[in-house]
Amino acid sequence: MTMTETRRLTAGDVPKRTRVRGRKSWLLWVAENSILCALGVIFIAPVIFVFLTSLMSSDQTLTGALLPDPWRWQNYADAFTGTPLVRWFGNSALYAVLATVFMLLSSVPAAYVLAKIRIPFANVIFVAIIVAMLLPPQVTAVPVYIMWAKLNLTGTLWPLILPNLLGDAFSIFLLRQFFLTIPTEYIDAARMDGCSEWKVLVRVAVPMAKPGIAAAGIFLFFKAWNDYFGPLLYASEDPSWWPVSYALATFRGTHGTDWGLTMALTMLVMVPVVIVFFFAQRTFVEGITLSGVKG
Amino acid sequence: MTIAPPRRAPGRAAALPGSPGPRSRKPRRVFAAVMLTPALLGLVIFFVYPLIASVYFSFTRYDLVSDPEWIGWRNYEYLFTKDPKVWTAALNTLWFVVFLTPTKIVTALCVAGLLARAKRAAGFWRTLFYLPALVPPVASVVSFVFLFNPGTGPVNQILSFFGIDGPLWFNDPSLAKPSLLLLGIWVMGDIMVIFLAALLDVPTEQYEAASLDGANGAQKVRYVTLPNIVPVLIFALITGIIAALQYFTEAAVASGVASGKATVGEGTGMTLGYPNGSLLTFTEWLYVRGFANYQLGYASALAVLLFVVAAVFLVLLLRKVSAFNPESRS
Repeated sequence: MTMTETRRLTAGDVPKRTRVRGRKSWLLWVAENSILCALGVIFIAPVIFVFLTSLMSSDQTLTGALLPDPWRWQNYADAFTGTPLVRWFGNSALYAVLATVFMLLSSVPAAYVLAKIRIPFANVIFVAIIVAMLLPPQVTAVPVYIMWAKLNLTGTLWPLILPNLLGDAFSIFLLRQFFLTIPTEYIDAARMDGCSEWKVLVRVAVPMAKPGIAAAGIFLFFKAWNDYFGPLLYASEDPSWWPVSYALATFRGTHGTDWGLTMALTMLVMVPVVIVFFFAQRTFVEGITLSGVKG
Repeated sequence: MTIAPPRRAPGRAAALPGSPGPRSRKPRRVFAAVMLTPALLGLVIFFVYPLIASVYFSFTRYDLVSDPEWIGWRNYEYLFTKDPKVWTAALNTLWFVVFLTPTKIVTALCVAGLLARAKRAAGFWRTLFYLPALVPPVASVVSFVFLFNPGTGPVNQILSFFGIDGPLWFNDPSLAKPSLLLLGIWVMGDIMVIFLAALLDVPTEQYEAASLDGANGAQKVRYVTLPNIVPVLIFALITGIIAALQYFTEAAVASGVASGKATVGEGTGMTLGYPNGSLLTFTEWLYVRGFANYQLGYASALAVLLFVVAAVFLVLLLRKVSAFNPESRS
């Protein structure tokens, strides 16, 4: 069996469904497709309106016009010159990249051990991880905040980045599910050939789990990029530490009713996420499906 | 991508020529312990300890400046008898639990059902309905508050085109929560993808067998599709409820943007709940008491209450843990 085949079989690929050719009436087909198209228009409309408004002047947004006249691309330039946007994007990148790298360093080995090595209390640890991953973050916010305050790190993004060095519950869960799909025979074979445990992990398990590792990495990257509660808790006092999504939330309050500029900034916050998605679409869908548990 | 076979005879095996039986398990145990240590430390520092500490702090008065002072049950007495807003907040959160979660699930299931039947451009539709779920929540909330803004928002423009006088949406205390429900429907894509995978996983033979037995479309849905996807539905419902219990970002940002006031730092506490407390959720109230008013002891009492409620659903979910973990059934 080649690697690609293994991956197809194990990675939760959505199979093309071969359906029974029933006598589904033409009418039903038309109805279903009309509903799909109508829903599609409704789902895409918000983004189109936001985009159109992002090209309007501040005055024009107050007229209720639906199309910009003239098309004011200047709003995007203004978003960069009128606000510390580069700084905010930099903060988001720092937070998301470091959190992701730290998470992978700590969580990939842990998930591998939980999936592939028999250890005492494995079930207890696994249940603890599920509870930790589902527990509302506000439940533990007070003691954790006090901890970081004592370390003098509140007022920065470090309290949100550093914990990833000690593993992230959701990522460990997702990675473990992925490692479970790797046939143990591969790992045993590598051991037979005399690989040390570390080499088995690095040379055999990690290459085979690449799609899962990519999914976990992208999920954490997005979680950090989109985070609002964390920056509100730790970095809200100091605009020089704001990530861009937090800055966007405060933007309209500080910039009055300039919807044009606000929408330009909104587009700028959305775009990187959408670009990453189009590059990693498959990984994404696989990851979500896997985290969703097949019963 | 290939797996490279080990190129030469490994040293350790050569050092023990012909040693019978399985190799010692000890190195494996050591390896496992070393690899797990950071994650276990993380669980203790960021999960076990804070849970215990929250319970302790909930019996104290603590403002981060002076030491915590033990005051017995007084935080809980205040919580259940005197706190002016905690029940507003709890009821608002309950509203989201009761309405947001089922609405999202039903919409996601319907769309997934349509997509599972669509033969043409299935990938295109899936992407289209999934993409909103990717939009950073802050951006989607800001967008929706703009779309639904009463003065010049496109939604009310379109409504007025049909001669309807659009309501105040996010600025109307009775409509602010339903407006967020619409947002919740827009971002249902992640659940939809899970449902779609589950629907496509239903074995085709079962439909064929049902057809042979003369089942009609509705009967096939009832007796073939539903039983197959029930576990996924239950999982989505429980995780959805736990997510609704911590509903924070959407409500907080909607309040801030709709009120149009500066919401920087400490100011965030001022706009939370706008309009008229209708969007004040339980976790927001916890944030206000703990981190805007620095009543960390009282906030801990709120956190303990939240934990107790969340724990009920966590236990329900853990009962289904075998769904995650086929080997752990023993």
